[in-house]
Amino acid sequence: MKFSEEEVQNWKCEACGEDLVMREVVFSYMRGTFHVDLPACPKCDQVLITEELAMGKMAEVEKILEDK
Amino acid sequence: MEKEQRIAWEAQCIQEEPPACTATCPLHVDVRQFMGEMAKGNLAEAYRVLHRNMPFPGIFGRICDHPCETKCRRGEIGEAVAIGSLERVCVEWHGSPDSVKLLPRKSKNVAVIGGDIAGLVAAYDLRKKGFGVTLFETGKQLGAGFRKFSEKLLPAAVIAAELAILKDMRVEIKLGAVLEGSTTEDLLEEFDAVFIDRISSTCSRLNIETGATGQIAADPTTAGTGRPGVFAGGSNGDSPILLAAAGRKGALSIERFLQAAHMTIGREDEGPYETRLYTNLKGIDPLDRLVPAAAEIGFSPEEAQKEAARCIQCECMECVKVCQYLAHYKKYPKQYIRQFFNNEKVLHGAAHSSNKIINSCTNCGLCATVCPNGLSMGAVCLEGRHSMLRGNYMPPSAHEFPLQDMAFSTGEEFALCRHQPGTQQSAYLYFPSCQLSATAPAEVLESYRVLCENLPGGVGILLGCCGAPAFWSGRDPLFRENLDTIREQWHSMGQPAVITACCTCQSVFRDHLPEITVKPLWEILETASLIRTAARQEVVGQAIAVVDPCSSRNDPETQSGVRRILASLGFSLEELPLSGALAECCGFGGLVFNANPRLDDTIVTRRAGESDLDYLAYCAMCRDKFVNAGKRTAHIIELLFPSVAGNDPWSRSWISWSDRRRSRQRVKNELLVRLGEGVERAMKPHEKITLYIEPEQLRTFDNRRILESDLRRVVLDAEETGKRLRHNQSGLYRATLKLGNTTFWVDYAPENEGYRIFNAYCHRMNITGVK
Repeated sequence: MKFSEEEVQNWKCEACGEDLVMREVVFSYMRGTFHVDLPACPKCDQVLITEELAMGKMAEVEKILEDK
Repeated sequence: MEKEQRIAWEAQCIQEEPPACTATCPLHVDVRQFMGEMAKGNLAEAYRVLHRNMPFPGIFGRICDHPCETKCRRGEIGEAVAIGSLERVCVEWHGSPDSVKLLPRKSKNVAVIGGDIAGLVAAYDLRKKGFGVTLFETGKQLGAGFRKFSEKLLPAAVIAAELAILKDMRVEIKLGAVLEGSTTEDLLEEFDAVFIDRISSTCSRLNIETGATGQIAADPTTAGTGRPGVFAGGSNGDSPILLAAAGRKGALSIERFLQAAHMTIGREDEGPYETRLYTNLKGIDPLDRLVPAAAEIGFSPEEAQKEAARCIQCECMECVKVCQYLAHYKKYPKQYIRQFFNNEKVLHGAAHSSNKIINSCTNCGLCATVCPNGLSMGAVCLEGRHSMLRGNYMPPSAHEFPLQDMAFSTGEEFALCRHQPGTQQSAYLYFPSCQLSATAPAEVLESYRVLCENLPGGVGILLGCCGAPAFWSGRDPLFRENLDTIREQWHSMGQPAVITACCTCQSVFRDHLPEITVKPLWEILETASLIRTAARQEVVGQAIAVVDPCSSRNDPETQSGVRRILASLGFSLEELPLSGALAECCGFGGLVFNANPRLDDTIVTRRAGESDLDYLAYCAMCRDKFVNAGKRTAHIIELLFPSVAGNDPWSRSWISWSDRRRSRQRVKNELLVRLGEGVERAMKPHEKITLYIEPEQLRTFDNRRILESDLRRVVLDAEETGKRLRHNQSGLYRATLKLGNTTFWVDYAPENEGYRIFNAYCHRMNITGVK
């Protein structure tokens, strides 16, 4: 799951006024854990998940884990 | 699923039982597969199939008296397939016999006394199993029984070539053996077991006791004589194929004996027997046997192929033929049951595929109706869901959304139990159902008004949910708790007769609340002469197809009652391919619409295409499922209690899950007003927000199971906390909030006094840390 620099630069955390940076995000679901690099606020940890990621890869992995 | 339960369920599915031809064949030749290969013109493979069960195929393929043909099911619709003739075509084409693969040589040795048919087959089978075999024949040649046939039917050269196989198999053949005065004791000193061919003249040279018939007595099940280790078979008058079966039985017994196995267990299906396989012949065109152009020569290869194609390839598959779900995963119940059992007991939920399959059955009961043994895959799948919940591996996404919807129906937004306005008692209690109230609120309210006006003794109202979603999803504690609530409410109302307007509710009451008298609304209206035939003048005369809901399967009175009402309204009715006792599910049953939306879509789309006529449903979910698929479908309540005079009840488009909630709230609120309770429910902060959403986006969000209330909560949270992302160029906000097990994301921007929603999506995966 790669993010273009452009995508990261397009968004700002409004609460902190910070630009997003690539950070390692930990996901867990149905006894499975994953580490993915995603844009996030350097201060408050607010993560950015795009529609493409949520409805694509993430949904796919959810389905696989559900049938495990 | 416990092992005993698995065995009992598996025994109900008879798809794996052999066809009648195979069961009737004393050697159990797989005639069905043989015919399949012959029909493809694949003679080499067909020979291989014969050779698997038939020793000396060149001989038996020519002389077998084919008892299989007497039981061929094709014979009931035309003439039996010419199995015997086709076997001849195959072995004539093949020519000299194939060699036989032997199992590794075992240490034990067997004597076969007599080289007639039974003895030859016993020697062949035993050697194939790896035993050392010595065949004693006092005569000068083997196979006396084969030599009675004419040269034309069975050429001597074929006998020679086929029997030469025994030599290849390294059977020690003692022709012209001298056995005078030998006893079985003598033989048992040298050999570990003995088989005696009773037809062969060789055995008469043995010094052995014979029974009243002059034959060596042998047990019909084991072929055992009085002496352990000595077996005998073959009777005068038996056909060659029965003699072959006698030789095979002897070989099987000797194998058991030498392996110290049980001599009688599991031998019921040796030799000819009745199969349990069911094959439905309905819809198969009758076809007579092909007559060979050259009768004296027999079938040409092309003719043989055609004749073999008449084989109907007997199988059951009754349930798979009518169930999209069973067909979708390309298996039959016995395989599913085994798969589910292994998933649960061996892999503990890690089968990578079973969980979704178990959640994809609609529990509609059609399989059990068409199954010759009444096997219910619904019961199998429900047990599977219970196991998944017990083992804590039920995917939350499968049922969470419909269970939340049920919670809405049983919560303060919808649930209500009151006597008829202005009265203190109820002779009746109207239970219009959650989903009918969700799709036809005005009609539900109007029907209640009419009931109140016309039925004596007061008509109370009970809004809630029958609990079917809890039942289908395997949440038994929740289901029972909901039944208890309904029972208590019914008692508090003075145990009135309950009127339902939903077949699922009707069946839940009937099956789980038997103490309650329950009648469908349609029956009450008919009995009380409350059918207003003039209500729908504008649509009268139209031809429509009635969609029976699956939950009406065991309720023929309701099915016929609905048809009577529609006829009295002036409609002409068409029956769909599967209706009445064979009614199909729309995909709402079993909550498949949520657990497997893709399969659900396939089910609805196919069913929507079964007739060009407009559909008429009397289940709220059937109606809305078909409408969502673009099929013009109306609900009977719209014909009986039109909310808008002169509208076309078939023209309504899809409604969202948010609409369904609003409609239920509306029913409750209007009833409260009628009751004079008009209690203003305080609006929650998120409910006060105004949202602007394009209709096509609403549909996308609905498919993603995102409710308008979810959007409101996310926006409100972002506005209150300021926690959100902002797009540098467009200024758009992206907000996120986890509600329950789902994390929602909403793109929005302020507009006028409210907010415009640009996009929304969600996921179930949890963010547990940021490094």
